[in-house]
Amino acid sequence: MAKITLNNIAHSYDGGNSYALKAMSHEWNDGGAYALLGPSGCGKTTLLNIISGLLQPSEGQLLFDDVDVSSLPTEQRNIAQVFQFPVLYDTMTVADNLAFPLRNRRGPDKLSAAEIDHRVQQAISMLGLEALAGRKARGLSADDKQKISLGRGLVRTDVNAILFDEPLTVIDPHLKWQLRTQLKQIHRQFGHTMIYVTHDQTEALTFADKVVVMLAGEVVQMGTPQELFDAPQHTFVGKFIGSPGMNVLPCELAGKEAVIDDRRIALAREYPTLNGVIELGIRPEFVRLVNSGQGLPVQIVSVEDVGRHRIVRAQLNKHRLDIIVPAHQPVPSEPGVEFDSDRINIYQNSQLVGWEHQL
Amino acid sequence: MKPWNNKAWFFVLPVLLLVAFSAIIPLMTVVNYSVQDSFGNNEFYWVGLEWFQEVLASERFHNSLMRNLLFSGIILLIEIPLGIAVALAMPRRGWGVSVCLVLMALPLLIPWNVVGTIWQVFARVDIGLLGHTLAALGVDYNYTQDTFDAWVTLIAMDVWHWTSLVVLLCYSGLVSIPDAYYQAARIDGASRWAVFRYIQLPKMRRVLVIAVLLRFMDSFMIYTEPFVVTGGGPGNATTFLSIDLVQMAIGQFDLGPAAAMSLIYFLIILVISWVFYTVMTQQDNDSVTDGRQGGGQ
Repeated sequence: MAKITLNNIAHSYDGGNSYALKAMSHEWNDGGAYALLGPSGCGKTTLLNIISGLLQPSEGQLLFDDVDVSSLPTEQRNIAQVFQFPVLYDTMTVADNLAFPLRNRRGPDKLSAAEIDHRVQQAISMLGLEALAGRKARGLSADDKQKISLGRGLVRTDVNAILFDEPLTVIDPHLKWQLRTQLKQIHRQFGHTMIYVTHDQTEALTFADKVVVMLAGEVVQMGTPQELFDAPQHTFVGKFIGSPGMNVLPCELAGKEAVIDDRRIALAREYPTLNGVIELGIRPEFVRLVNSGQGLPVQIVSVEDVGRHRIVRAQLNKHRLDIIVPAHQPVPSEPGVEFDSDRINIYQNSQLVGWEHQL
Repeated sequence: MKPWNNKAWFFVLPVLLLVAFSAIIPLMTVVNYSVQDSFGNNEFYWVGLEWFQEVLASERFHNSLMRNLLFSGIILLIEIPLGIAVALAMPRRGWGVSVCLVLMALPLLIPWNVVGTIWQVFARVDIGLLGHTLAALGVDYNYTQDTFDAWVTLIAMDVWHWTSLVVLLCYSGLVSIPDAYYQAARIDGASRWAVFRYIQLPKMRRVLVIAVLLRFMDSFMIYTEPFVVTGGGPGNATTFLSIDLVQMAIGQFDLGPAAAMSLIYFLIILVISWVFYTVMTQQDNDSVTDGRQGGGQ
C-alpha cells in the first residue's frame, strides 16, 4: 500500500495538440478509497492507466510513497487492476487464475507453493468462491468472472494500490450492491489504497471516501460526498451529482439579494461585485413548494413519483427548475417556490464564489 | 421452444438435392464400380469385396499411404508452428497490417498447377534460381534424381504455398483478443511465454482446429503440384495416394481396384479428420459439461 502523488501529470494522445489529461498535481493518501467520477471521455481511464503504467504520461511524475515510478513498467509497479470486462485465463481453473499473479514472481519476491496456496485460499473465502475453486474459468457468469478478476488483485496482499476501471458495468443491478458492499468490507479490513473509475455517481458516492470529479481532462473537484453535495466547486459538479442535479439559474447580485428576472431572492450573505457570468445554484432538495401568492410563481411541467419522494419539474419564467417534494405533501395547482437561503451557492463563470470573497 | 421443427427440412431440401447430384450420386457410381469387375463391352461381374482386399493387401498402396502420411505429418509440423510464429510477429495496427496481409495472401491466389510450374523451374539445376544457386554453392542438389531432394523441394513448395493460410487464420484469432487481456497480463506480471500459453494460444485454438483440418485434408489429397514438379518420381519416391490412384484409374484403366482405393482413401481422410477434430475440441466439450454442472450453483 502506498501514498500516490501526481506531480504535474498530463497526457496527450496526439503529441501535444490536445490534452486528454491537463496538468494536475494531487496527493492520494495511503489506504484511501478514491473514486474518479466523470462523463465518458473526461480522461478518468487515461489517468488510471497512467497510474498502473499501461500508459506513459506525456508530462509529469508519478510517485508511490515518494519513489518516482514514472518510468517503471507495469509489472514492476506492483499494482492490481480490474477492468470493465472480466479478464480471465479461460484454460485455467479458478484457483489457478488467482494463483497466476503470484506464480509469475521471480527472484527475491518468489513465493513458496504453500504460501501461494494459502493466499489463494484466503482470496477464495474472502470472495465466497469456494464452490467454484476447482473448475475451469470458462463459462462462468459475468459476476463470478468479475469476482475472480478482483480476486487476482486481492491475492497480492502487498499491492501498492488496486485500481478499478468501471468494474461493475457488466454486473446485474441486484448484484452490484452486493459486490460494492463486499469491496467496501475488503477495503475496511485490509486498507488497500483503492482507486475506482466510474461514471455512475451512486457507485462513486457509496464506494469512496473522496470523490474526484473530472471534466474534459481536468479535476474540477475532489472532496467527500458531503462536500460535493453541499458546496460543488463548479456548476458541472452540482449538475452531475445529485438526482436530479443542482438547479443553476442565471442571476444578478444586489447586496444581500440575488435577482432572477426582476424577482428578488434573499441570500445568507453579501457578495462583492463580481464580473462575468453570475449564476445561482440550489439543489432541488432545498427548494420548497408553497401556495400561490407566496414565493416566486412557477408552472409545473411534470411530476415524477419515485417512491420516497416526488420530483417536480417546473418552469420559472424561461428557466427549468427541479423541486423535490416529500411523498405526502400536496402539490398546489398554482404554486410558488422559496429557496433555502443557507443552501444557495453563487457561481462566477461556473466557479463557486468561495468564502474568501466574503466581505 | 422445441429444439427442432419438421418444416425446417424443406429449407434443407434444395441443398440436399444439390449435394445428392454433385456428390452422393457420383460417389454411388464409385461404390458400384468397387464391387464389380469388367472385361470391357460394358459387361460387369459381381466380385464383392475382392478389390478392397486386394488394395488393402497391396504393397503399392501401403507405400503410397505411408508417403502421404509422412508428407502430411511433416508439413503440419512445419506449417502450424511457423504460421503461428509469423502471425505473432505481424503488426496489429498501422499501415504494416495491410501490406502484410496482401503479401500473405499472394501465394494463396496462385493456381496450383502454376505453383507447381514455378517450383519446377525454380528448382532446376540448369536454369532455376534455387537449383542453380545451390549448385553454384557446391550443394549436390537434384530433385529429379535424388529422393531426399525431391521431398525437400515438395515440402518447401507446400510450406511456401500454404503457410499463409495458417498465418491468416491465426492472425484473425489474435486480433480478436481485446487489449484488456494483454493489459491484465502485464498487471499480473506474466512472461511473454505465459501470455502466449494462457492468452494467445487458447484464443487461437478454434482457428487452429480449422487450420489443422484444412491443411491435413489438402496435403493428404495433394496431386497437382507433385505431379507437375516430380511426376511422382524419382521412381515412385513422391507417388502419393492421389497420383497412384490416377495412374491406376486412368493409366491402367483398372476401374474396380481404383474405385475400391478411392473409397478407402476417402474413409482414411474422414477418420483422421474426425480424430483431429475430436482431440482438438476435447477441452471445449469438457468445459461445456462443466458449465452445465456449474449452472445450478
